[in-house]
Order: sequence, then structure tokens, then C-alpha cells
Amino acid sequence: MGGVWLVLLLPLLGSLINGLFGRRLPKPWIGWVACGSVGLSLILSVRVLFDLLALPPEGRIFTQPLFDWIVVNDQGAPFSLLVDPLSTLMILVVTGVGFLIHVYSIGYMGQDPDYSRYFSWLNLFMFSMLLLVLADNFLLLFVGWELVGLCSYLLIGFWFSKPTAAAAAQKAFIVNRIGDFGFMIGLFLLFATFGTFDYLKIFEGAPEALPYGGALATAIALLLFAGAVGKSAQIPLYIWLPDAMEGPTPVSALIHAATMVTAGVYMVARAHVLYELAPVSMALVASIGAVTALMAASIALVNNDIKRVLAYSTISQLGYMFLAAGVGAFAAGMFHLTSQAFTKALLFLAAGSVMHALGGEETDMRKMGGLSRKLPWTWGIFLIGALSMSGIFPFVAFFSKDLILERVFISGNTALWIIGLFTVLLTAFYMLRAHFLTFHGRPRYGEKNPHESPPVMLWPMQGLAALTLFGGVLFLSFAGFAPLNEFLAPVFAGEIVLEQPAVLSEGALMATSLLVALLGIGIAWLVYMRGLQPAEALRRAFRPLYTLLDGKYYVDELYYALFVWPGKKISEFLATVFDLGLLDGIINGLARLIDRAGGALRRIESGYIRNYAAWVLLGALGVLIYWLMR
Amino acid sequence: MLTLITFLPALGAVLIGAIARERARLLRAASLAVSLGAFTLALWLSFTFDPSLPGMQFEERRPWISEIGIGYHVGVDGISLFLVLLTTFLVPLLLLAPWDAVKERYKMFSIMVLLLETALLGVFVALDLVLFYVFWEAMLIPMYFLIGIWGGPQRSYAAIKFFLYTMATSVLMLVAIIALYFTSNLSTFDWTVLQSIQLDRVLEFWLFGAFVAAFAVKIPLWPLHSWLPDAYSEAPTAGTILLAALMSKAGLYGLLRFGLTLFPTAAAAMAPYLLALALIGVIYGALVASAQKDLKRMIAYASLSHLGLVAIGILAMSQLGTTGSVLQMVNHGIIITGLFWTVAILAGRFERRGLEDFGGVMKEMPRLAALFFIFMLAAVALPGTNGFVGEFLILLGTFLTEYKIYAILGASIAILTAVYMLWMAQKVFHGPTAAHIEKDSRDLKPREIMLLAPLVAVILWIGIYPKPLLDRISPSVEALVSQAHSRVEFVQELLQIQPRSSEEPPGGAP
Repeated sequence: MGGVWLVLLLPLLGSLINGLFGRRLPKPWIGWVACGSVGLSLILSVRVLFDLLALPPEGRIFTQPLFDWIVVNDQGAPFSLLVDPLSTLMILVVTGVGFLIHVYSIGYMGQDPDYSRYFSWLNLFMFSMLLLVLADNFLLLFVGWELVGLCSYLLIGFWFSKPTAAAAAQKAFIVNRIGDFGFMIGLFLLFATFGTFDYLKIFEGAPEALPYGGALATAIALLLFAGAVGKSAQIPLYIWLPDAMEGPTPVSALIHAATMVTAGVYMVARAHVLYELAPVSMALVASIGAVTALMAASIALVNNDIKRVLAYSTISQLGYMFLAAGVGAFAAGMFHLTSQAFTKALLFLAAGSVMHALGGEETDMRKMGGLSRKLPWTWGIFLIGALSMSGIFPFVAFFSKDLILERVFISGNTALWIIGLFTVLLTAFYMLRAHFLTFHGRPRYGEKNPHESPPVMLWPMQGLAALTLFGGVLFLSFAGFAPLNEFLAPVFAGEIVLEQPAVLSEGALMATSLLVALLGIGIAWLVYMRGLQPAEALRRAFRPLYTLLDGKYYVDELYYALFVWPGKKISEFLATVFDLGLLDGIINGLARLIDRAGGALRRIESGYIRNYAAWVLLGALGVLIYWLMR
Repeated sequence: MLTLITFLPALGAVLIGAIARERARLLRAASLAVSLGAFTLALWLSFTFDPSLPGMQFEERRPWISEIGIGYHVGVDGISLFLVLLTTFLVPLLLLAPWDAVKERYKMFSIMVLLLETALLGVFVALDLVLFYVFWEAMLIPMYFLIGIWGGPQRSYAAIKFFLYTMATSVLMLVAIIALYFTSNLSTFDWTVLQSIQLDRVLEFWLFGAFVAAFAVKIPLWPLHSWLPDAYSEAPTAGTILLAALMSKAGLYGLLRFGLTLFPTAAAAMAPYLLALALIGVIYGALVASAQKDLKRMIAYASLSHLGLVAIGILAMSQLGTTGSVLQMVNHGIIITGLFWTVAILAGRFERRGLEDFGGVMKEMPRLAALFFIFMLAAVALPGTNGFVGEFLILLGTFLTEYKIYAILGASIAILTAVYMLWMAQKVFHGPTAAHIEKDSRDLKPREIMLLAPLVAVILWIGIYPKPLLDRISPSVEALVSQAHSRVEFVQELLQIQPRSSEEPPGGAP
């Protein structure tokens, strides 16, 4: 476990090598450096896992101090790492999914002239994300938090010559900064309360320092959550994520689906001790999660851009994770995080494979269709992902989503449970809709000649498909066999587990959500497998609703009118009228007044200054003499 | 030692004066040798500096005009040490850079820069008030010429405005120094002695106000900043950098070293008002920056915004926050240098500097873009850069005092800076390539990279391992802050014991 710092260092080295020398390296080397460093990180992460498993459950925690970072008078934050089941799960997910996506990128980005820049940034992202999850204190987590934001900014804007990509990158960074503003104040409050940023010290002292349900606990929990709302794209800050799809598709898969956007969930799970002390904030987390899940899913119903459907789906699924956390089911949230990482990465890579097949960056599903024969592997893999996302047994997301709904039901929040269940219906519908539109029906891609992706892209997709197919085993909590649950148990030891009510048994709940999912799939099949006609009819029948959903609830427009436009106007007013007109005017007017008063002094400019200097000297002497004579 | 460092540049300036102006290579070599010599000495100074001692080190004390108690007294502690280092670090870079504006009259230019360096160093090491004032005023003259000779089309307006603005307020400081001398009746101008005297409270307010006026213009503190956009944008880039990176620090340093120690009670009472001005400056500077159409003016207002935050850290007087402020003075000096420099390179290549004139520069000049982005990220206080360490400590420390609200509102700088900086990056570096840029873009020459690389190195070093600086800054800050606090408390206790005098003690601004 002592080598955990290498997990962190290797991708950073890879990034530096490709960033500084990439342009001079032979192309295959670039891929080897990038994938090799992440691959080694993965191997080391597995070793960390086995080292951890060799210890008794309660001893599975290990801190590795590296050096003093911001430390003033022994206060502050050291650069040190924490290995426990939670961070180990995260580094496995990040390096595992990350490695597959790196390999995929060799094929996907193969023709890009900025190949080395791409891999340098992708490796930098890996380093940042690993730092985020391995940090042993809140401030160091914040470092990783901001650095993944930077990488997200850089990679969304990877094709920066495209104005939409550049604008999307900027939007992502700024919207995230708004959340981080809250997060930072949360950090100040933490430090003011505990005098440290250290997780273990804070969690240990929290029950004493923060009265249960008190304002302080609530404030801290909510301020930290503000950061999570930005990073994990929840209401009201989710607007950056759909635009983030301007980045290359593997980036969307890695950063904007599988890993970075889940950082908020990880942070809440990590700080679960604080959240458990603040029931009000828990309720808010759950509600925001549920509403976001529903709202994003509803937008995905009508969107025609395959990547944006997946993006809204990501937002929606992140909502589920927060819903889980909000009802105290942190482990269930982490399960869903893991299953999402597999399934959503899979879907994005499959979507990327379709785009690749259509020769570039085509994302409009209305220009796809009928690809199932041409791209059999991609078809099958996307279907696995879509079914998993819909919550169909035995795919991985079925288990995690089901567990969340079960825990919400047990918590007694019936309204939230119904929202969650209804969202299952929507999810199943839009996922299969996307599948049918893309792969079935009449081909609508014109003269193009689609071809299946090369092995270097297929192989990672197959790997993720296997994880999606068989990963469910990890999440089983059946008849005393619950590997992941047991593994995470020491972290969430304090988690409140309510007794299960007898009204609906575990099996009945499972059956309900499965039936709802099948219903959604059935509707999608009815509407889209019979061609586009019924969809047209539906659209006409629900014109106002369709317009609202198609316009994404006009939230972007609202924010523009409320914040961006007034901000611009105020800035312009201050810059021209106030600063140049008023403030400068006063000063210049004053100068003119003095100038006029001392008319005799008006000379050419250089003489002017000398005179003033002389007057200053004389004045000073005068004061001196006055004091001496007094 | 300190005397040698301080006067070496001035001595060098005299020697350079003896070199014929045609011998350009020799001139460059000589000015470089002098400035690097000062830097080497300053490095040596910081290695021999004992981090465990909070007080003044390398002190030198000699009588100067002993009839009226003016002494030559210099010294450095953890606060001034890094400002000395920053000054001596930046000047050689500025002298080496191939500025377009100073192709002519390089001899005069290097003399002015070196004289200014001596004045700046003097300000940072002087411990006698008259000595401090002499150096303070001495800064003005070379800067006036730098703007007036090598500046842009509006240079004489900008130079005069700058001169009058600063002159008018530093006279107030001189008057206050003299008044302090006579009321203390100790016949000395020595800071170490004067800081322990107890002044009449009303007088203390007036004297503090006079000092603050001088410092506030130099920093500048809102609303006394209106000379800044003109001076910053009209000055040649080397001058702008000297103004923004170093002279602004003279104001902040003066506020910390003299304002807070000589007049602690007045400072504490006026802190809320000054904090409010600084905070307005933070937000106002950022908003106005985002509405600028000219790259240099944009950075100028950005500097106003960031300096306001440093002032907040000083005025809130918390140990963490003030330590952060001292660190951030160094950081700001580095970052603003990088930003003005990269903008100057852009302006020099394409002979224009409007925001709308650019587009897609990253494609044509990837190296310049990479460097600009590093400076930009340091300015938006991204963790891993020095800007984060400084800003975070300032905000955290301020949050721990009674002035929480200034920390909370001040933290909005993280959003605001991102807004205009990223906007600028998007306009200039991203997007489709503007026509004239495709034509005549030449990426950075190795020499330019070599000059900018040290800045990047410092940004990352302080961002990742600030410990060597923090370990030296914080003991001195702690000593200064705790002494000021204890004097404020002492006065408060005094007021509680004694019956109040007929006059109400002024509770706010005088």
C-alpha cells in the first residue's frame, strides 16, 4: 500500500512526457506512454485492493503523508493520501474505466493532428481525479476537484477553433466555479469549527462539535453540497453538462459520464458523517437528486442528439445517486456510481463508435438508423448498455438502481420513491428510443458507408460490456452474499439502516421496478419500431409539452436574462459611465481647478511637474519650520 | 549587506552612465550583471536568513542627520525578505527582455530601471521613517520618466496624472511623519522606537489617515485608482510591470509595516471602512475588467481587483490571512508580470491589442498560448498554482476574524476572475483564426521562453511547495499582528478603567 503514491504519479509523468515532448515522439509511443501509465496505475490499484483485503475489515485504513503543502504554524493541509475501502473502490473505477477509454482513444483520436496534446490532457485528468479520491483532507480534495475542472475545461474545448466548443468549455468552468464558491465557504466553516481539514479528525470530532440538526452542521453540509451540485451537474447548475458534449466522445465517456461528474457523489459519501448530522440538508440532497433525475430524463425523451441524450441521462442518473445519499443510503449511491461508470462509459463509447462509423462528429440520430447490420458489435454493445441503464435484470445498473429505490421506499419518502420509479419508466423509454433510432428503421445517413470500428476501439467496449453484464455480482446483496456492501461497510459504519416494512417485500419492489422498466421499453418499441409516424402523432398531440421539453425548459435562456445580461450591462455601466465618467471626471476636474487657481504656474508640461515638486519641497519645509518655531 | 543590495543597482546605474550609448551589447551586459548581482546577493540573503527569528535581521544602523534624529536604519524580516527577492528577481528579466518600446535609448532605460530598483529595495528595507520617505519619493522620478519617454500616445497625460496623484498624497505622509516626530518627543524617526509610543487618539486617526492616503494611492485602493488604467496602459510594458508587480507592493507593504504598527488603534477602528473599500475594489475591478475592450486595460483592472484582496488580508489582521497577503504580494508580482508580458508579446507581434482583434492564436502560437494559460490559471487561483495558496490563506484567515463577510464576498473573486479571464482566453486564443494572425504569427523565440520560464517555475513551485516561504513569513507576521492586537487591547482596557474624557472617542472615520 506504500506504493499508492505511484498510482498518482504515473499518469502525471505520462502527461508531462506527452505534453513536453509529444510533438517529437513517434506516434505509437504517445499511445504507449499514455495507456501504459494508466495501465500501470490500474495494476497498482489492484495491488492496493489486495493489500487492503489482507487486513481485517476494521483495520483497512491507511494514511500516507507525502509532504507539507499549505501549512502555517502546523495548521493547514498536508499533501497526504488516504487509502480505505471507499478510495480504493474509486481508484479501481477510475483507473479501470480510464484505462479502457485511453485504449479506445488510440483508435478514436488516431487521425487528430493534436494527438499528443489530447493524451497529455487525458493523463492529467487521470492524475487529478486520482488525487481527488485519494486526498486525506478536504483541501487536498479541493485541489483534485479544481484540477479535474481544469481538465474538463481543456478537453471540452479540445477543438478550440470551433466557437461552440470554446464557449462550452468556458461555460463549464464558470458554472463549476459558482458551485465551488459555496464549497470554499464550506471549507472555511469546517476550518473555523475544527481547526483542520483532515477527514479523520473532522469526522471524529463532528458529533461533538456539531449539534445534531444544528445550523452549523446544516450550513457546512449545504455549502459543500453546492460544490457537488456544480461538479455533478444537478439543479440548478446542471446546464454545463449537455454543452460539454462538444468535447471528443471518449472525453465525454471518461470525464462527463464515468468519473469526474461523480466526484460530487463521492464527496457527499466521504463526508457522510457531516450529512448525517444535518437532516435538513439530507432532505434537500434527496429532493434535488429526485427532481433532477426526473427533469433530465424528461428532456432526454425528445432530444435527437445521441450524445446529449446520454448527457441528460447522466444528469438523471447522478440525481439517483444523490437521492440515495439523501436518504442515507451512501453505499447504494456508491454502487450506482460504479455501475454508471461501466454502463455510461459503455454507451458513450458505443455512440462514439457510431459517430466514427459515420465518418466524424455526426450526433443527430435523425441522420442515423438502420445501422444494426453494418455495426453488429456496436449494436449489441449499445443494447447491453441501454438495457442496463433501463434497469433490466441481470445487467449491472439493475442492481444498483433497484437498491436505491428500495432504500428510498424504506425511508418512507413515498413521493420521492414515486418520482424515482416514474423516472425508471422515462429512462427505459429514452434509452431504447435512442437505440431504435440509431440502429433500427430506415437508414437515414445518406451516401456514407458505415464500417465497424477497429479492434483497438472494440476491445475496450467489449471489456466494459463484460463488466456491465457480469458486474452485477459485485452488488448482489442476496442470502448473506454482498461483496461490495461488506467491503464498504467499515466506511459507512455509522449508516442508519431502518427496518424493512412488511408491506412490500424486497422481491415485490424489485418486480415493480422491473415491470415499470419493461413498460417503458414496450412503449419505445411500439412508437419507434413501427417507423417514425407514431412519434410524429405524439408530438402533435402534446405540442406544448413537447415544445417545453425540446426547449430544455428554457433554463439557459432564463439564466441569460437573469444573470448574464444584467451582469454585462452593469459591467459596461461601471466601466464607462462610472469609472471613466464619474471617478476620472472628478479627479481631472480637481486637477483643472487647481490648475486654474495657480494660473501663474501654467507652463509647458515638463516645467509643470518640476514646479509641483518644488512646491512639495517648499511645503514640507514650511511645515518643518512651523514645528521647529512653535 | 542590505546596504550593498539596495545601492548596487544605483551604483550600477552610475557606471552605466559612463558607457557610451552606442555600445549596446556592453550596456546590456553591464545592466544584466548589476541586476543579477543584486539578485544573487538577495538569494544569499534569503539562504542565510534565520527562519526561526520573527524580528529584523541583517540590521544596519548608522546616524545620518543626527541633529534631528534621522538615522540610516535598515533590516529585513520574513515580510520584507521576499519583496526584496521579488524585486531583484524581476528586474533582470525586465532588463533582458527585447521590448519593442525601448529599442531606442536603452542606456537611459536601464539607468531608470536600476534607479527604480534601488528606490524599491530601499522602501522594503528602510526602518527609519525619513529614510523610508526618501526612497518612497525616489520611486516616482524614474517611473515618471519611464512612462513619459517610452510610453504610448497618451503618455504625458498618464505620467502627469500618476505623478500628481501620488505626490499629493505622499506629502500628507510627510506631514504625518513630521507630526509624529514632534508629538513623540523622542527625537527619532526610527520605526522600532516609534511603534511603541502611545499617541493621542484623535491625532492617531489623523496621522493614520495621512499614511493611508499615500499607501492607498500606490496600491491602489478603490476609489483612488483612476490613475491606474491610464498609467498601466500607457507605460511601456517594463514600466507597467514595475508599477503593477512592485510599486503596488510598496503601498501594501507600507500599510502593513507602518500603518498597522504605528497606529494600531486607529487601524483597528478604521479597518471595517478600509475593508469595505478593498472589497469594493475586488468586485468593481473584476466587473470593469470584464467590460474592457483593450487587453492591457483589462489586465490593469484585474490587477486592481486582485490587489484589493491582498489589502483585505492585511486589514483583517489575522495571522493566516496576513501571511497569505504577504505571500500573495509575491504571487501577484509574478502572475501580473506574466500576464502583462504575454499581452505585450501579442501586441508587439500584431501591433494591436483590442480584444476583438484576435482569435485562434492558440492554433498559430501554441507556446505563447501555453504560457498565457498558466499565468491565467494562476490568476484564477487554480490549486497547484501560487495564486491559490495566497488567495486561499487570505480568505481563510479573514474568515476566522470578525470580518467573515469580507471573506465570503471576497471569495467571489474566484468566479469573477474566471469570467473575464476565460472570456479573454476564448476571444484571443480560441475560436477561428483571425485573418491577420494567420499571416504574421511567429511563436515564441527560445529567448522569450527562457525569460518567461522562471515565472512559470515560481508559479508552480509556490503552488506545490510553499513551505519555505510560509515558514519564513509567518513568524514575522505573527509577531507584527500579535503586537498590534495587544496594543489595541491595551487601549481598550485603558478606556474601560479610566472615566471617559469629555470628548467621545471617535468611533469611526475621523
